Amino acid sequence: MSDRRDFMGKVLGAWAGLGALGALYAAKRTWDPLPSVKAAGKTVVDVSGAKENELHTELWRGKPVFVMKVSPNDPAHKDKRLVQIGNDKFFVAIGLCTHLGCIPTYFPEKHKFICPCHGGQFNSAGEVLKSPPPKPLVIPPFKVEGTKLVLGEEGEQYKKLKAAGVVA
Amino acid sequence: MKELKILAVVIFFTGLVYWGVEPYAHSVMHKHVEGHNFVYDGKSDLEVLNEKVEEIKKSMASATDEKTKKAAEEELKKYENKIKDTKAFWAHVEKIAALKGNAANGKNAISACAGCHGIKAAGIKAPTDALTASKTYGVNPPDLSNAGALYDPKFLAAFILDPAHGAFVKKIAMPAGMGGSDQNIADIIAYLKSIAPKEITPKQAFESACGRCHAMRYAKWTQIGTVPKTKPNIKTGQDIEGLKFKEKVAEYQNNLAKYLGKLPPDLSIIIRARSEHYLATFVENPQSHLFGTAMPRVGVTKEAFEKVKTYLEEVGDSSKPKREAVGPWVLGFMIIFTILAYLWYKSQWKGLK
Amino acid sequence: MAHFDPNARPFSHKWLNERLAIDTLEKVLAKEYWIPKNINFLWAMGMVLATTFGLLLISGIFLLMYYIPDTKQAFDSVNHTIMQEVGYGWLWRHIHGVAASIVFLIIYIHMFTGIYYGSYKRGRELIWLSGMLLFVTFSAEAFAGYVLPWGQMSYWAGMVITNLFEGFSSDFLGGHLHFPGLVEWIRGNYVPSQAFLGRFFMLHVVLLPLVIIGLIVLHFGALRIPHVNNQDGEEIDFEAEAEKWKAGLRKESKVIPFKPVFLSKDVFVLGIYLTFFFYLVFYHFEFAMDPVNFDPANPLKTPPHIYPEWYFLWSYEVLRAFPKNPGLIAFGFAQVIFFLLPFLDRSPNVAPANRRGLFKIWFWVLLIDMVGLTILGKLPPVGIYTPFGKAFAYIFIALWLILPFITKAEKPIGGK
Repeated sequence: MSDRRDFMGKVLGAWAGLGALGALYAAKRTWDPLPSVKAAGKTVVDVSGAKENELHTELWRGKPVFVMKVSPNDPAHKDKRLVQIGNDKFFVAIGLCTHLGCIPTYFPEKHKFICPCHGGQFNSAGEVLKSPPPKPLVIPPFKVEGTKLVLGEEGEQYKKLKAAGVVA
Repeated sequence: MKELKILAVVIFFTGLVYWGVEPYAHSVMHKHVEGHNFVYDGKSDLEVLNEKVEEIKKSMASATDEKTKKAAEEELKKYENKIKDTKAFWAHVEKIAALKGNAANGKNAISACAGCHGIKAAGIKAPTDALTASKTYGVNPPDLSNAGALYDPKFLAAFILDPAHGAFVKKIAMPAGMGGSDQNIADIIAYLKSIAPKEITPKQAFESACGRCHAMRYAKWTQIGTVPKTKPNIKTGQDIEGLKFKEKVAEYQNNLAKYLGKLPPDLSIIIRARSEHYLATFVENPQSHLFGTAMPRVGVTKEAFEKVKTYLEEVGDSSKPKREAVGPWVLGFMIIFTILAYLWYKSQWKGLK
Repeated sequence: MAHFDPNARPFSHKWLNERLAIDTLEKVLAKEYWIPKNINFLWAMGMVLATTFGLLLISGIFLLMYYIPDTKQAFDSVNHTIMQEVGYGWLWRHIHGVAASIVFLIIYIHMFTGIYYGSYKRGRELIWLSGMLLFVTFSAEAFAGYVLPWGQMSYWAGMVITNLFEGFSSDFLGGHLHFPGLVEWIRGNYVPSQAFLGRFFMLHVVLLPLVIIGLIVLHFGALRIPHVNNQDGEEIDFEAEAEKWKAGLRKESKVIPFKPVFLSKDVFVLGIYLTFFFYLVFYHFEFAMDPVNFDPANPLKTPPHIYPEWYFLWSYEVLRAFPKNPGLIAFGFAQVIFFLLPFLDRSPNVAPANRRGLFKIWFWVLLIDMVGLTILGKLPPVGIYTPFGKAFAYIFIALWLILPFITKAEKPIGGK
């Protein structure tokens, strides 16, 4: 008798727990990024007026993106991570240090990025020159359309870089 | 059983309050307007005018001084004449509607319209942009490409014959008599039908039929088109392109408000603010709900109204499908919960009494 | 001196018991918290209310994360962001809106249950008073929340209700009870605007919920010593009856433990209630989410019909039935008179109203009168509705004035 009394209570408790899981799922979804945030994920940059060795910063999905025409006398000019736009090589990467997310500063005379937070260094292709950053600056999905760079869309060059495993 | 009796009492009083404050109160507060199924034949206009006549007669009967009485008498005469006019007007419209239009002739005839209207489908560009047009007319004259698909042919006949009469408003930018002879009007309508797209999307229906007066910010729609994608200068945060567009919208809205007496409301969430019946009957004949309103009857067909409604729902109540999908699951869960709880209750209370 | 077993495994039952006395807690709060057996489903309304408050709290937390208390953005943050963009935001809003309305239905059922069975007397006065304080705080909470979406009804409700604080007209009693400055102080402006929205947002999400939670604790605490009433108003010796239960005399004992026996019935009633509640949330929410409030606030246009939410209608009608000054007095009377019930009822009888002679008639007339006031409160004050509203308002006041006399004359029931 007493067993049966307890048993039904447990069944009910289990069922209520199931409902709580459903509510938790809804709660989880409430914290997902909004559709308007996701939809606003494309930025177009016109690089036709870019000058060599001059860093240009764009805003893409709220993050700074470095875009720079790399000069031929930059030691990183041959790096496979650079992007070909027309006859020029461009450096394109998310401008957040891969260590803890600060924005590195560019020193054009040294062709070097130095992170103000913990001293990490990158060359002008985003490769790590000095730790602590564990990996190169991340290349965002991009697509080249003439002299325009579309951030947030995967084009041919991006796919190649991705296949080569050098985007992140 | 005693508990069921108590429950019946609770339900009775709850139901009584609900009935009183919801269905009954709303039936008292809101005027009932009969729908006409989007048939445009002047019947609904006459209903509105007759109602007005009744109202005036009532005020005349209760008037005590001569002055009010005299004023009312004049009002009455005015409305009686209006009724006569309306009857004659719609009889004329019937005559035009009975004519067989010739689309080929209509193509020539429509060149008269191109002075103000663009017709993209026929390669005719609008003479000016929306903002400039609004400076002259108060509102941007519509492009006529979709007219044949959106508007009822009989309404079109009435509108071209005499826009103010057809739209049932005091004043409207387009003058009467622009359509020429009855046959000419029938030809124009036939032509508009011939160039109209077969399938119109809900978005197009809304933008063409409502979107020159009503904005819809949840769909980024303004009276002069969709808000363009612009981005602020990264160094200053200023979005000059965006501000320029905003300025244009503001100017257009000022012109529109001057023309109509007020700025027509944004329709983003009107689908939750008004009942379906209200929206249908209001669109069919705005005067039936808001006598004296500057909103013209737009003359959409039943199908076009359904399209507009679909769009209003997509924009204003986009979570409805989700709501309807989740509802049964939650209710099913609760019913099983209640059954299990009943079994637990019965097992706990066994042998207690 | 407490004893702590050094060998107890951390977080084991024993370990916890030594530190938190969890067994004692469970005993005091649940397993040996005694409830009379002679009850019906109306005794579950406390649990139903607590659950509804829980639903309001949880849904409110999710709304709070996206709501923007800014007069320019509030409307769209609710109707666009929350209702259409946030995952399940519409669900939280519908739960919040429907629960805010239904919670008052349950409060009224709970109140009238108390009145019917005389559960505000013989040691239970503080239960009644703390309950009435909860009612008033819930009313303030509901009003503050109604302002937040900044729709037409929000704005004009804010305008009308704050105007009440102006007090009596300036020619009344030499103008000493006329406070135009108070209205502006409450609004922080000449009209409801940003300052008003900001402070009512604070009241709605912080101060009033804290007060409510405190009052709920007081309400439960006030229940502990006098215990819950029962269907016959019988005075039960809880200790003796509890001993019977503990001795295994389940059938003979007049009491049951809160957990699990009373709880099982509570949860069953809760199941029925929640099924109905979620039906409203998904399929029938207009009554709680007024369509007029889906028009954004417009300080230049009053909606053609303006009325409070249904649960305020009876007192609104009492206010409206009279000219300004007497109306305000009558309104004030309606707000406080329920507090005095335990002291206006002069009869010693604790029994269902149907065994209490004239009080029986008093109870049903009060209920019907308040239903009538509620219905008339929403109707426009024209034609036949005006005299009816007046009559119902007079009856309401008269009922409370005669209560001490009819209860004084009431014969004591039984000699037990």
